[in-house]
Amino acid sequence: MNKRQLICIGCPLGCQMEAEQNEGGEVVSVKGNTCPRGDAYARKELTCPTRIVTSTVRVEGGARHMVPVKTKEDVPKEKIFDCMEEIRRLAVTAPVAVGDVLLADVAGTGVALVATGNVAAG
Amino acid sequence: MDDMLACRYMTLEPAKHRKVAIFRRKMSGFEVFYGLREHKVRGNPRVSCGLKAMDDMPACRYMTLEPAKQVKRGIGMYDVIIIGAGVSGSAIARELSRFRGRFCVLEKEEDVCCGTSKANSGIVHAGYDAMPGSLMAKLNVQGNRRMKALSGELDFPFRQCGSFVVCTEADAMPKLRELHERGVKNGVEGLRILPREEALAMEPNLSDDVVAVLFAPTAGIVCPFGLNIALAENACTNGVEFYFDTRVQEIRKQEEGFSIKTSKGDYETRYVVNAAGVYADMFHNMVSEEKICITPRKGEYFLLDKSAGGHVTRTIFSLPGKYGKGILVTPTTHGNLLVGPTATDISDKEGTDTTADGMAAIREKAGVSVKNLPLRSVITSFSGLRAHEDGHEFIIKEVGDAPGFIDCAGIESPGLTSAPAIGVMVADMLKGKLDLQENPGFVPRRTGILNPALLTAEGRNRLIADKPAYGNIICRCEMISEGEILDAVHRPLGAKSLDGVKRRTRAGMGRCQSGFCSPRTMEILHRELGIGMEELTKSGGGSKMITGGRKEAAL
Amino acid sequence: MKRYDIVIIGAGPAGLAAAVAAFDDGARSILVLERDREAGGILNQCIHNGFGLHTFKEELTGPEYADRFVRQAGERGIECRLNTMVMDIGAEPGAAPDAHPMKYVTAMSREDGLYQVAARAVILAMGCRERPRGALNIPGYRPAGIYSAGTAQRLVNMEGYLPGKKVVILGSGDIGLIMARRMTLEGAKVQVVAELMPYSGGLKRNIVQCLDDYGIPLKLSHTVVDIQGKERVEGVTIARVDENRRPVAGTEETYECDTLLLSVGLIPENELSAGLGVELSPVTSGPVVNESLETNVEGVFACGNVLHVHDLVDFVSEEAALAGKNAVAYVRRLEAAEGGAGQAARDEAEGGAGQAARDEAEGGAGQAARDEAEGGSDSVEDAVKSADNESAVVEISPRSGVRYTVPSHIRMSHMQEEQVVRFRVGDVYKNCFIRAYLNGRQIVSRKRPVMAPGEMEQLKLKKGQLLEYMEPGTDSYCLEIKVEEK
Repeated sequence: MNKRQLICIGCPLGCQMEAEQNEGGEVVSVKGNTCPRGDAYARKELTCPTRIVTSTVRVEGGARHMVPVKTKEDVPKEKIFDCMEEIRRLAVTAPVAVGDVLLADVAGTGVALVATGNVAAG
Repeated sequence: MDDMLACRYMTLEPAKHRKVAIFRRKMSGFEVFYGLREHKVRGNPRVSCGLKAMDDMPACRYMTLEPAKQVKRGIGMYDVIIIGAGVSGSAIARELSRFRGRFCVLEKEEDVCCGTSKANSGIVHAGYDAMPGSLMAKLNVQGNRRMKALSGELDFPFRQCGSFVVCTEADAMPKLRELHERGVKNGVEGLRILPREEALAMEPNLSDDVVAVLFAPTAGIVCPFGLNIALAENACTNGVEFYFDTRVQEIRKQEEGFSIKTSKGDYETRYVVNAAGVYADMFHNMVSEEKICITPRKGEYFLLDKSAGGHVTRTIFSLPGKYGKGILVTPTTHGNLLVGPTATDISDKEGTDTTADGMAAIREKAGVSVKNLPLRSVITSFSGLRAHEDGHEFIIKEVGDAPGFIDCAGIESPGLTSAPAIGVMVADMLKGKLDLQENPGFVPRRTGILNPALLTAEGRNRLIADKPAYGNIICRCEMISEGEILDAVHRPLGAKSLDGVKRRTRAGMGRCQSGFCSPRTMEILHRELGIGMEELTKSGGGSKMITGGRKEAAL
Repeated sequence: MKRYDIVIIGAGPAGLAAAVAAFDDGARSILVLERDREAGGILNQCIHNGFGLHTFKEELTGPEYADRFVRQAGERGIECRLNTMVMDIGAEPGAAPDAHPMKYVTAMSREDGLYQVAARAVILAMGCRERPRGALNIPGYRPAGIYSAGTAQRLVNMEGYLPGKKVVILGSGDIGLIMARRMTLEGAKVQVVAELMPYSGGLKRNIVQCLDDYGIPLKLSHTVVDIQGKERVEGVTIARVDENRRPVAGTEETYECDTLLLSVGLIPENELSAGLGVELSPVTSGPVVNESLETNVEGVFACGNVLHVHDLVDFVSEEAALAGKNAVAYVRRLEAAEGGAGQAARDEAEGGAGQAARDEAEGGAGQAARDEAEGGSDSVEDAVKSADNESAVVEISPRSGVRYTVPSHIRMSHMQEEQVVRFRVGDVYKNCFIRAYLNGRQIVSRKRPVMAPGEMEQLKLKKGQLLEYMEPGTDSYCLEIKVEEK
């Protein structure tokens, strides 16, 4: 058995957790979490860690130059910089509204990139 | 840029680039003459100017300028070249501009007021400190007497708030009396020794140990940037050329006058005025065998929030005593409280870093003459260098073995106070030597940057109706509007950097120290001067503000 | 001069939540003044996720959270003037001390120039600013490339510029941690985060997902002792500090970098409040407030980061909503006193009656007392006690480990069924108790596994609990709140 210490990032509480993994890497127990999200986080973090990526995308013809974006769901951690590269190259045209899908599938993760801010045409 | 011409002689051509015109259309409707700007657009040098709205060309308030044919920068013989656009150089330039002639100022930095003149106590000394008979004593008292009228003429902040020298030890009283007598000999008016009670009644936050004070009602405070910038602007308006980012590298005596090699080409001039602050020894020693030595004497300061500005209402010095030369505590013309300076001789002429020791020394000594100093309200600390010459005396004279080379060296405290008198003195010397004739077009008055806070509500509303930028606050700590920043950018010798804006308007000088306003000020500089965001600087040279752009670089 | 019932200074999360809550409580004459070009405040530059778990039960980014409130305010038709700087708030000149003076808010904008509006109640929601370098007295040069973390955040997230490529960060507050990740994602190399204290000032999850994820070292008990570079930052020297936070000679390490970000604390921005005569706490730098979040100046309320710096925006919204409701109640009381001819009466006619208004109109003993009587959960005896203790004031006294509390005192006459007391602790505590003692008698004890100065704590007080320990004839109480190990 392999014991791992983790801090949950599910909410600002930041629960200190201890998870046990067997030889196969499978998580067999999670302790220290105060809610089910902690348990789920620990299992995922030790097997296929994921994160939501937030950044900005350039806007053409808008009242502002940049619009904030996020991946609609979390993406595999190792894909973060691939996502960033696509985000860096992307430019969209105003208007943009919260929730607009700017990329249907960012960096082959199957996750959409959505706007999290509004930019009026300007 | 090097072959660009003196601004005054430019002719205007309409901008041809459509994209530029469209971009400009979006600019604020700030309709004053914008002055001329040298700047770069995507690395290419460009000179533009802004005009009042033109009926035939409404979209094109800005124009690209074509070089005119006549006078080229650096070509031909100047009558006088002044090295250094600090307060001495600018005062000399201003007084010289009363006469006809070809004068220019060479400055290694990107703006006026970038060396010793920028970081000091901002005190207009009464004149009791210098030894009777010295040039320092004479120019101090003369400068003090001129300051008030000059502040009216050139519209810079000055307040004759008076000063105290505080004696906290009974056995040091003879020293206080000696200072009094010296002041009387120097011609300082109104000097009085006040007993403890009277002093405390006037300044309740004096130390409990106060025995007596020397009260100098003629002492005052001045905005050091305000004074320096006003002098330079007025000189520029009256025809003196200013060249920035121009570092003097070599000065050679020639048959007639001098040739000056700079980082931006060569110049020729009949007379050189060496007003180079801590570098004055370097230039002097290039032409003379009688060497001088200027030691940068570092002084560190704390600037306190305006909430502490009323802690004292006069400049409070401590009588030099067992703690050495004391730390002064003074209100500033903008309502902050200034505490300092230390005095440390260093070797680096650019060594304006603050030190842990220096700051500890201020904290330790600050309480000697003033009690309950709210040092918790420090908003920034800074250090400046005084140009201390070994003889501790102003050296203002033609160099014996280099006729035509006039030193204005060793200008340390009370140099700021003396600047108006130094200007007159040097201009007089040059007038005699060059037989200069009066400049009939000399404009003695200069209007400073309009401070809307001084207007009535109605006045301010008329201003905003006319120029809406005055209704848009950019610096929320100091309540500085976009209108004031535009004024600072577009006036003669306008601001090109964040510090340039700060010194002219105080935007960014407040309690948040430009945290909120710097992105917005950058945007204004970018928009108004066409300087790429990545080229914008804090204070010229390599002080770039940002290192990467809007992701388009990756395209 | 235009008159409003409630003028709110700031359209950030606090101002918007206060406006929405005031509207929902029946107020219709509300004006929100915002200095920035859009509403939403600092959230607009906090593009990372992690907001709104309490308020909306989902994880939002800052702009999304702001957008929800902007929409709510928009749907209600609340008047919000952007690009408007409030220059001054003043009380009515020459008003009698026992009168309920109007407040005069002086504002300015490009479009409207300088103008005044009159307000019965003012809600302060101006937020906070960052501590600058100067306040820390870090020695060294003053080159370009020294940014407070929030300024860098604005440049990166709103303007799209990268302020530097090789970065050292001083301070492990949340903005510093968040910016470590943002700069890394945008292509910068963050060398190290140095923290003066032996613990981080930010949330634990941010250390995991902003530093650990990207292999950025966090050096606790370290500070910057020198900044090199005359034009642009060229290097930063950090050193370990001893228990008195003094640098230890010989522990210096120099990092080559072009940027120093400072995340060294936030200061509530109370210059306007001070001008109005609002008493400020030396601990929080925010106003001293009572249970209604009302300052010592009658009819002036405060909420959000201008009151005390929060760690979570959800609590800002909650606190601001309370300030909004209390401002409405205040206005209603004034109107009732004036004969009910004002806004409240009109609202009644329009069918927008709020609870508080009815209370006042009926001449009842106030919201709290009625709740007591009607609530049913507590006994009639409590209600009687409540009437007895109506004039009692409970001073809250932060003790061992507790740095401050908001509110600082509770007027029993205005206390709701439940009162949230928010506070921060001064050190890291593990397996400790938060306890409240009323005139020496313990009334609440809560076990907390971990508490840290970076995180805001709260304690809920029940009115019944307080009443139980009150005695007839005593008006003055002291409620001590302490951290205790056993």
